[in-house]
Amino acid sequence: MTADPAYNFAYLDEQTKRMIRRAILKAIAIPGYQVPFASREMPMPYGWGTGGMQVTAAVLGANDVLKVIDQGADDTTNAVSIRKFFAKTAGVATTTRTREATIIQTRHRIPEEQLTQEQILVYQVPIPEPLRFLEPREPETRRMHALEDYGLMHVKLYEDIARHGHIATTYAYPVKVDDRYVMDPSPTPKFDNPKMDNCPALQLFGAGREKRIYALPPYTRVVSLDFEDHPFEPTPITAKCELCGADRVFLDEIVTDDRGGRMFVCSDTDHCESRRSRVLP
Amino acid sequence: MYVAVKGGEAAIGAAHELLAKERRGALDVPELTTAQIREQLALAVNRVMCEGSVYDPDLAALAIKQARGDLIEAIFLLRAYRTTLPRFGASVAIDTSSMQIRRRISATFKDLPGGQVLGPTFDFTHRLLDPQLAEAAPAASPQRADPGDDIRAARVTALLGGQGLIEANAKADGEPPVGDLTRDPIAFPADRDLRLQALARGDEGFLLALGYSTQRGYGRTHPFAGEIRMGEVEVVFKPDELGFEVSLGVITITECEMVNQFKGSADKAPQFTRGYGLTFGHSERKAMSMALVDRALRARELGEEAVAPAQDEEFVLSHCDSVQATGFVEHLKLPHYVDFQAELTLLRQLRSEWDEARGGEAAASSRGEAAE
Amino acid sequence: MKALHFEGQPLVSDDRPLLRAMGLSKHFGARVACQDVSLDVHEGEVVAVVGESGSGKSTLLALLSTQQLPSTGSISYRMRDGVTRDLFRLTEADRRHLLRTDWGFVHQDPRLGLRMGVSAGGNVGERLMAIGWRHYGNIRAEAQAWLERVEIENDRIDDRPDTFSGGMRQRLQIAKNMVTHPRLVFMDEPTGGLDVSVQARLLDLIRGFVSDRGLAAVIVTHDLAVARLLCDRILVMRQGRIIESGLADQVLDDPREPYTQLLVSSILQT
Repeated sequence: MTADPAYNFAYLDEQTKRMIRRAILKAIAIPGYQVPFASREMPMPYGWGTGGMQVTAAVLGANDVLKVIDQGADDTTNAVSIRKFFAKTAGVATTTRTREATIIQTRHRIPEEQLTQEQILVYQVPIPEPLRFLEPREPETRRMHALEDYGLMHVKLYEDIARHGHIATTYAYPVKVDDRYVMDPSPTPKFDNPKMDNCPALQLFGAGREKRIYALPPYTRVVSLDFEDHPFEPTPITAKCELCGADRVFLDEIVTDDRGGRMFVCSDTDHCESRRSRVLP
Repeated sequence: MYVAVKGGEAAIGAAHELLAKERRGALDVPELTTAQIREQLALAVNRVMCEGSVYDPDLAALAIKQARGDLIEAIFLLRAYRTTLPRFGASVAIDTSSMQIRRRISATFKDLPGGQVLGPTFDFTHRLLDPQLAEAAPAASPQRADPGDDIRAARVTALLGGQGLIEANAKADGEPPVGDLTRDPIAFPADRDLRLQALARGDEGFLLALGYSTQRGYGRTHPFAGEIRMGEVEVVFKPDELGFEVSLGVITITECEMVNQFKGSADKAPQFTRGYGLTFGHSERKAMSMALVDRALRARELGEEAVAPAQDEEFVLSHCDSVQATGFVEHLKLPHYVDFQAELTLLRQLRSEWDEARGGEAAASSRGEAAE
Repeated sequence: MKALHFEGQPLVSDDRPLLRAMGLSKHFGARVACQDVSLDVHEGEVVAVVGESGSGKSTLLALLSTQQLPSTGSISYRMRDGVTRDLFRLTEADRRHLLRTDWGFVHQDPRLGLRMGVSAGGNVGERLMAIGWRHYGNIRAEAQAWLERVEIENDRIDDRPDTFSGGMRQRLQIAKNMVTHPRLVFMDEPTGGLDVSVQARLLDLIRGFVSDRGLAAVIVTHDLAVARLLCDRILVMRQGRIIESGLADQVLDDPREPYTQLLVSSILQT
């Protein structure tokens, strides 16, 4: 599809892209640190991926191949909408196949497929500040990050164990990056946390409404917060995908009738389809 | 057999068509023109220009039509449009004291130079639905008092300032340069220039409620409406390449100056303090609310204890933007089933541990058929 | 910043002052809250700062604990490594670390010193987690031990302080401060607002910590009985200045300044 000539490549003007790229470079230089940036109003509402889109627009090139997923699926309405946006404003090739993509913009999941050094993963982030719900004031959380003062974060985990016997955070599970900054990985399920550690791909995080960008350079050490005697465990997956048979992948629960009937299928639709197409002749 | 759901793309396309159909409404009713909106729903147009941060009544009217009358959606359209506009620079500060006045009132003095000019206002109308408006009515021709000079008048605050009774505004000499929160993300604590910019773009309803709260004691500032004036001002721009000023035209604005609780200190004589509101177009409620909240947010600067929501700078400025607010609130409609799945899994685990701890069998039998 | 363990008391006692303030003054516009205050606090010494409201004693405490910057004057502190440092030349990070490990601050209103939405155990464990403790069981055990020492029942460890009485909250606040074995604790009217019997229990507790652990303390109070019970030395403040200072018994039994005499004599009337 050729780009719509009424727009600059990928919608944003070059000055804006330059500003965003500067923020991205700063973010890469300080892994896990939230860099403020002057987020622009986009044709999508705040909260619907404008941060991720601005990051993607800034790194996208004419020869890139773009994949967009939401909840792991290419066909959810918002993923479709964002993919079409870039097809229209940048004329780039798009794909649903993880292996073929050079840039993957995602909401709430990391693909099951191992990513490579040739790829960039762009996360959509609603609330970038991991301490936000413990400390609502921005100047205070900034100070806590600057002084590496993360006691409060562990207090929250302590409270979970005291109350529930387990750490009760199941998504947006906080991590320590490069042994320095505590970071919110975005609302990916904690099952996906290990994928961020030592990942060959560049991982970029964009929060449009909150106006922050952060990054994990390739092969960065990313450790989920825990206690020595309550170590982090990704959510155990006990079922298999009923369409492709995969185990040890994150599964969606589909309600099939109103008598409690349900089945589990891969959340990562491309992964599921790829497996199924390999099986069939 | 379950088949993975597909068809999101087709669904979106169909939804857009349905929206266009709903927007048009019944075909035997004449289609609304943007000119009609611009002329006859001017106050809606004004709000959209103000919060959309673009002065263009035609575009605002178009946005309102496209948004089917949802003003926040229209504001969003205008903001998204604004993002694409190139930035040439900043105008010379507009001079509201030389405004061509169409409406000007002051609650602080019974009469004053320039007079009290009621202008077009809902004030003092009786709020009785007028069925005559349901039909097209012949245009009213209001009497003019004096078919002659434009009304111009010095601001009330200038009169008080001349006697040293009200605090002076900070000098606007360009140092430090005025901030722009559309170019740099706001950081707290924020200076007054950024606060005012955020309030000018802020949601009228939110600011109205906060302003109201200050009047009811949540951060009381003893406000008086020193002056509310509405009319035309010239916008002037001085391009570096030319070196002289160029008039870009005339815009309508509403300005509200509140005169608030006086203050003094060891080295300053007691004076009235100020609150300021400014909007595109005729938009009094917004200008007044903005002035009330502006003053409330100056609490710390004026040595007052900041205890009320309207005085909490981070709270007010983080939540006053309707486009951000609606985006995030409405984003809850997006699929969240992956995170929900993660929560379900943990909850089921906690429930089974709970049941075990309390005597599994007894609990199971009293629960009846398990959801499992 | 990343110490996993804290040191206990120093093995050899040191005669040099632990904390030394010189010429501290604080102005708020034209109002003078503190004027030219100098004092020393030695290890294991408890100093009372007494005066009526408006005397400047709370401001002084805020200055001494570096929570406010003085207009003039300096404060130096002998840190655990034996080196005495000018506190306002330290980085904010180091001062914050000091305030959470080597020092304690007990607020008059325990709600200011506690996280009301966090359990008692979480409150006491917070400092440990801030200095790097990462074993839940150990943190909990240590919190449990401290709750016992401040006489809060074991089974309250998971309860939040909003379910505690005033006296219990205050004891929890003390436990929260003591868990890192601070050498200097600042207290702002620690018995304020508590019943007489509850006060007595709290004072006993503090006295025990002081004598068992060689704790130094600066206690702001308007209650001379508290000063007499807990303190070695008393400083009397009036209108931002120290007008009299000396050993507690001396100042209370034989006050020299007319104002001090007035304060002391007013106890007899209550």
